[in-house]
Amino acid sequence: MNIQGENKSRNNLIGLLPLWIVMGVFMIGPLIVMAFVSIMESNSYGGIHLKFDLSGYRQILFDTNLFDEMEFNPAYLIIIGRSFLLAVAATIISLIIGFPVAYYISRQKDSVKNILIFLVTIPFWTNLLIRTFAWIIILGKDGVIENSFGFIGIIGDDDSLNLMYTNTAILIGLVYSYIPLMVLPIYSSMEKLDVRLIEAASDLYSTRINLIFKIILPLTLPGIIGGSILVFVPCLGAFIAPDLLGGGKKLLLGSLIQFQFAYARNWPFGAAIAMVLLALIVTILYLNARINRRHEQNA
Amino acid sequence: MKLNAFKIFVYSLILGLFSFGAMAAGKLNLYNWADYTPDELIKKFEAETGIQVIVDTYDSNETLLAKLQASGGSSGYDLAVPSQHFVEIMIKEGLLEKVSGIKNMPNYKYVAEQFQGPSFDPNQEYSTPYQMGSASFAYRADSYSGTGSSMMEFFKPSSEICGKLAVFKSPEEVVNMAHLALGSSFCSEDPNEMQAVMDLLVEQKKCVAVYSSEGINDRLKSGEVIMHAHWDGYSQVGKWEGVDDLTYAYPKEGVVGWFDSLVMPKGAKNIEEAKTFMNFLMNPENMAILSNFAAYANAIPESVNYLTEDMKNAKNIQVPDGIPVVFGKACNKKAQSLIDKVWTKTMQ
Repeated sequence: MNIQGENKSRNNLIGLLPLWIVMGVFMIGPLIVMAFVSIMESNSYGGIHLKFDLSGYRQILFDTNLFDEMEFNPAYLIIIGRSFLLAVAATIISLIIGFPVAYYISRQKDSVKNILIFLVTIPFWTNLLIRTFAWIIILGKDGVIENSFGFIGIIGDDDSLNLMYTNTAILIGLVYSYIPLMVLPIYSSMEKLDVRLIEAASDLYSTRINLIFKIILPLTLPGIIGGSILVFVPCLGAFIAPDLLGGGKKLLLGSLIQFQFAYARNWPFGAAIAMVLLALIVTILYLNARINRRHEQNA
Repeated sequence: MKLNAFKIFVYSLILGLFSFGAMAAGKLNLYNWADYTPDELIKKFEAETGIQVIVDTYDSNETLLAKLQASGGSSGYDLAVPSQHFVEIMIKEGLLEKVSGIKNMPNYKYVAEQFQGPSFDPNQEYSTPYQMGSASFAYRADSYSGTGSSMMEFFKPSSEICGKLAVFKSPEEVVNMAHLALGSSFCSEDPNEMQAVMDLLVEQKKCVAVYSSEGINDRLKSGEVIMHAHWDGYSQVGKWEGVDDLTYAYPKEGVVGWFDSLVMPKGAKNIEEAKTFMNFLMNPENMAILSNFAAYANAIPESVNYLTEDMKNAKNIQVPDGIPVVFGKACNKKAQSLIDKVWTKTMQ
């Protein structure tokens, strides 16, 4: 390697130093603490004993029952499965709504485009907790929806749609919270889409369905995958929407972890579940990276 | 003599340290339950002592404990307000400072004799009384034909209640209420008894609309639910706020009692200010401000002279004759892990 090359790589190293420090302090550091806590013995009133113990991980699958017998315990797998399904459902709904929105925005004049994109990002100005509380008012008994339905006579005065405290309410909350994260990446790949390809397809008598599935979808796939991951990952660990809108009747991963730290005082177990959640997410990101690479090679 | 740059630097440093010290001397960081600290009380304290109070809130004993555990003596709080059993745990875990001379505080004499040197702090080295009350359930009497005379009305709700029932979010009080309903004892280590508790909770869950410990009165007011696990004083506040028919149940099996105290977390910086506040609150007039606001009873008998008429007539906090008040205990590891298992299985 010549001198210039060495200089360049050193410059790169120094230039990226702030990034490394931020990543190290705010991301890697806490993760190491978590990983460490997850392999320690729990103290009965919170905290840990400094003694190596893998029971945090064991407990995810095998646990003593009330009668102190070790048995296979599906409870946590059910909770993980439920979180997974809910996150998948929220992602699919976000995609179905977000894709046409992104397409519509990308077909507008530049000035209109900017306003629309600006509108999409507005919800981020307010805290997620407050926005989720607003949904309680919208979905709740005598809330905005019920009142308007009552006003136009779809439901009677004393009837209730019972929207709150259901899985539907959780899904609405999740989709609402994270849909901008779906729209923006898809929009950015739509922007890069060559309009001439669409015109060419139309000229060659492609049906609209074919146009969408053979031209637009494949070309915007990176955006779709990116958006799906941005929605899926936070949904998997979501805590606020299930808690406030779902009524806390069924534990999800996020609430299960919170329960271990705040109520059950079993920090190692809470940390172990958090590590499993992390492993799930890393796997998904890895798969995504592989798909992306293949996509680029094909392109 | 001319001041050179170095001297200026040193002087300003010393001056800075002094002013920092003076500022720190006038502050008190109070960590308390939400809706539990009347502005009036804080303003009066600030006016009388010149100490500035900063209030931060939590929603359960467990949250407080977790926070103190996690911060390891640097929570930054000078006072906190745990319930009796958590005082015991925190003493055992070394999370509290010993407060010297509580018994010699001028206002200590106002504390009712049966609350001096309570079982969780027999030598009165760590705590002074805050408020006390109970946990049970409350209902909208206009929409419910029951009388709230049995805990089973809460655990095996009638068809009127089913689907319009709400329960606390944390297992502690709920499991204790289930113990009362079943006649078993708190912190049970008997798997059969805990199995019975779990069966009861799972059965009840079919009728539960929501598990939450916040916004209880709002939920009852809107009619979203008509029965809710509740605290006596908080339900009284709900009644004052316009839910006239809100009735707190004193079932024959008993209610779960609690007794909150002021304690000083380990590493507290403003020790004298905290002690000033402890003494301030044991004054009957000040304690009455607290009771008038939060609607809970207190351990200072003379405070009754300063209670509002509303508070004197507060029906929800008057324990009827013959209804047992059973105080929550600190469970050992085995009992605690049984409670956790029961709760996780119920919520799975």
